[in-house]
Amino acid sequence: MATPILEMRGITKTFPGVKALDNVTFSVARNEIHCLVGENGAGKSTLMKVLSGVYPYGEYTGDILFDGHVQQFRGIPDSEQVGIAIIYQELALIPELTVYENIFMGHEIRKGFLVDWNETIHRADEMLKKVKLKVNPATKVKDLGVGKQQLVEIAKALSKDVKLLILDEPTAALNEDDSENLLQLLRELRSQGVTSIMISHKLKEVISIADTVTVLRDGKTVCTLDRSQVTEAALIKNMVGREIDNIYPRRDHKRSEDVVLEVRNWSAHSQQLARDVLHNVNFTLRKGEIVGFAGLMGSGRTELALSMFGNPDGYQVKGDLYLNGQKQGFKQPRDAIKAGVAYVTEDRKIKGLILAQDVKQNVTLANLQAIASNGVVDNNAEVKIATQYRKDMNIKTPSIEQRVKNLSGGNQQKVSLSKWLFVQPSILILDEPTRGIDVGAKYEIYTLMNRLVEQGMSIIMISSELPEVLGMSDRVYVVSGGQIAGELPIEQATQEKIMELATAN
Amino acid sequence: MSFFGQLQQVLRKNIRDFGMYIALFVIMLIFTVLTKGIFISPRNISNLINQTGYIAVLAAGMTLIIVIRHIDLSVGFLAGFLGAVAAIALVQWGLPVIAVIPLVLLLGVVAGLITAVLVAYFGIPSFVASLAGMLIYRGLLLRATIKTGTIIVPNESFNAIGNGFLPDIVKDSNIHILTLVLGAIAIVFFILGQFRDRRTKMAYNFEVLPNTIFLLKNVFIALIIAAVTWIMASYNGLSWTAVVVLLVVGVYHFITTRTVLGRHIYAVGGNPEAAELSGISVKRITYIVFGSMGFLTALSGILFTSRLQSATTTAGTLFELDAIAAAYVGGVSAAGGVGSVVGSLIGALVMSSLTSGMNLLGVDISVQYIARGLVLAAAVIFDAATRRRGA
Repeated sequence: MATPILEMRGITKTFPGVKALDNVTFSVARNEIHCLVGENGAGKSTLMKVLSGVYPYGEYTGDILFDGHVQQFRGIPDSEQVGIAIIYQELALIPELTVYENIFMGHEIRKGFLVDWNETIHRADEMLKKVKLKVNPATKVKDLGVGKQQLVEIAKALSKDVKLLILDEPTAALNEDDSENLLQLLRELRSQGVTSIMISHKLKEVISIADTVTVLRDGKTVCTLDRSQVTEAALIKNMVGREIDNIYPRRDHKRSEDVVLEVRNWSAHSQQLARDVLHNVNFTLRKGEIVGFAGLMGSGRTELALSMFGNPDGYQVKGDLYLNGQKQGFKQPRDAIKAGVAYVTEDRKIKGLILAQDVKQNVTLANLQAIASNGVVDNNAEVKIATQYRKDMNIKTPSIEQRVKNLSGGNQQKVSLSKWLFVQPSILILDEPTRGIDVGAKYEIYTLMNRLVEQGMSIIMISSELPEVLGMSDRVYVVSGGQIAGELPIEQATQEKIMELATAN
Repeated sequence: MSFFGQLQQVLRKNIRDFGMYIALFVIMLIFTVLTKGIFISPRNISNLINQTGYIAVLAAGMTLIIVIRHIDLSVGFLAGFLGAVAAIALVQWGLPVIAVIPLVLLLGVVAGLITAVLVAYFGIPSFVASLAGMLIYRGLLLRATIKTGTIIVPNESFNAIGNGFLPDIVKDSNIHILTLVLGAIAIVFFILGQFRDRRTKMAYNFEVLPNTIFLLKNVFIALIIAAVTWIMASYNGLSWTAVVVLLVVGVYHFITTRTVLGRHIYAVGGNPEAAELSGISVKRITYIVFGSMGFLTALSGILFTSRLQSATTTAGTLFELDAIAAAYVGGVSAAGGVGSVVGSLIGALVMSSLTSGMNLLGVDISVQYIARGLVLAAAVIFDAATRRRGA
């Protein structure tokens, strides 16, 4: 067997508090399409960022061999130099510029000091022929559909004499025709000597295209399978095949029949993305239960939560929402909060907290009226409340006057939770409640969730961590492609079943 | 720990809060020495305060505008235009002062709300929306004064706002007794407030200044209030402009630090998305903050027209930039969510002390601009540096 084009040996990459990659070994043979699969957070994207130089040499340990030579990339230009090109999920094109300008962005064809536009357009045309895209190179990128933009990205990579093309979920935003087109193109490029690595969650697609598949799980390489061994069952088994650790506090699953929230025929259209983010969603939430919303990233779960919670992103929403049997039309988050709904955001730093303000100000923010008279905040009451939550939630901070940006992720999350508990909600929506926090803090949050439902609160838990979904939920909805792909009672839910539903669309 | 060790530690920890006070002190000291005492003379200080007035009220409003991550370039010529409206109302329409002032203030609020509609409803960047306003108000100012040129305002009670002083309670005294009394009251209230605040904080086991430093701080600030009071009392006493500025800063300080509204404004500035998701209407806050800016702009226009005793065709030129500079010197952060009204007042005083001191020294206007530019840059660099260190 010839030497592989790429060998990554013993790659370890740690972020503060998390080992994202743990001694990963990854080898890609020349002229193959190699798929990289794994759950969210398994380390796929991190591994590709190490490879492309986003995380420069020195920030990780281990060796990268490309074309038989040891490489020490200090940045993306270094990896591009040897012929590695990466295409991210979020396309890196500039919408207001033309196709040819985008293709040669960063490596413009020069004539002296000036850009040689004639040669640029000519060469761009050649590249577009290679990717079988029939558009005028002078078209602005914003006027192309996502599928065609994807092809422009590939044309851009080809213009740099790429040897190894990396695609991070290239078909996630594409419809079936465009996806099939793209896969066909990868096959053709393979015959022309371009090796591809493709990250994908769509297992059917992986099975149809992959020469080899490597499965990552929890930052480790689980196995590498060749074409003959790849089946959907084998992939799912390897992706999720971990023991569920015993970190979930026990709780009896109660069966209440009181429906506190019902959503019917709920659809949402995003003008910004020019597509439907939710399509005909129906679900119920009963009093005192935890309902898990499982699915892959981008499946529409956060959009569902936001569209219900006063719709601050301005989707065009259709459908009905009943709270305790009464129809509601929340116009802004404030209305939802008043009706007893709280939404703990997915990203506490970007959407959850005011980082420059202190713990007490963040805790009281959503319900300041409660500690104010005539619009003047009672500072003493505020201190009392913040002190109480600090104790109840075990927030580790030197003082309640500490700015939240100086707290650890787990403690920030507890501040965020405190803020929402202070509004005394009856329905709590938790979006990835334990992402990026340590096991100890996780356990505390799980215990808190159990305590809250025992007190009669109802919780919607959006989570991409299957063990968490299985460990905490009374019922599970699986969301895929903006739709409910299935509902599973907890007794019947398994990681395999959820994965199957989540990757269906 | 030794007293000086403590002092050093406290200073280092709070350098950002104390920085501009120290800067103001140093600038005043340097000019006092260079002018052989003329700078600190009662007459000059009194003038300095009256000259700062119309910028200081703008800076208070601009602080909140910048805190919620916007900017308002229209305030200069809006102040000029509304000042001209006041003059016309008094002189040509013959309205009494008591009617003119509320009318102009109301017009200011309306103008502020128009900018807010452009920003919050139409989503136009505030830079562009207020730039359009700047051009429009400049045109309106020229139209308002096109026939008459400068409009002289002969109304004494109106002109007292920018030039007059509080009447004294004791007649024929060499020193202004009422001013001294007010100064003494201010000192007592300040110190009582400080002690009460400290006691509450200690009851909650919060970090407080060490005893000696706390006393030193109180003595120091009391001395400064006493000195300023003494200087003003030995001239004509407290000017009406100073009263207006103190009222505005006092009310805005209270709103920003103690009320729900103030907290919502800073939350929107710190993280608009998080604020919206916490049930705060970002639009509503935008309307309120721009409305308040319009109100203060009208006040600034009244102060300026009154100070000049006339409305001129170029009134308000570059006021907006002076107000923005004052806010930045006073520690407002361009990133949003950080800044205080009191800080901006100090910033305004820093900038006008520079002008006043250099005027006394006969420094050429060209050099004055350069010096003020350097101080603005230095203040922002200092702010960025301490922010990074303090995290």
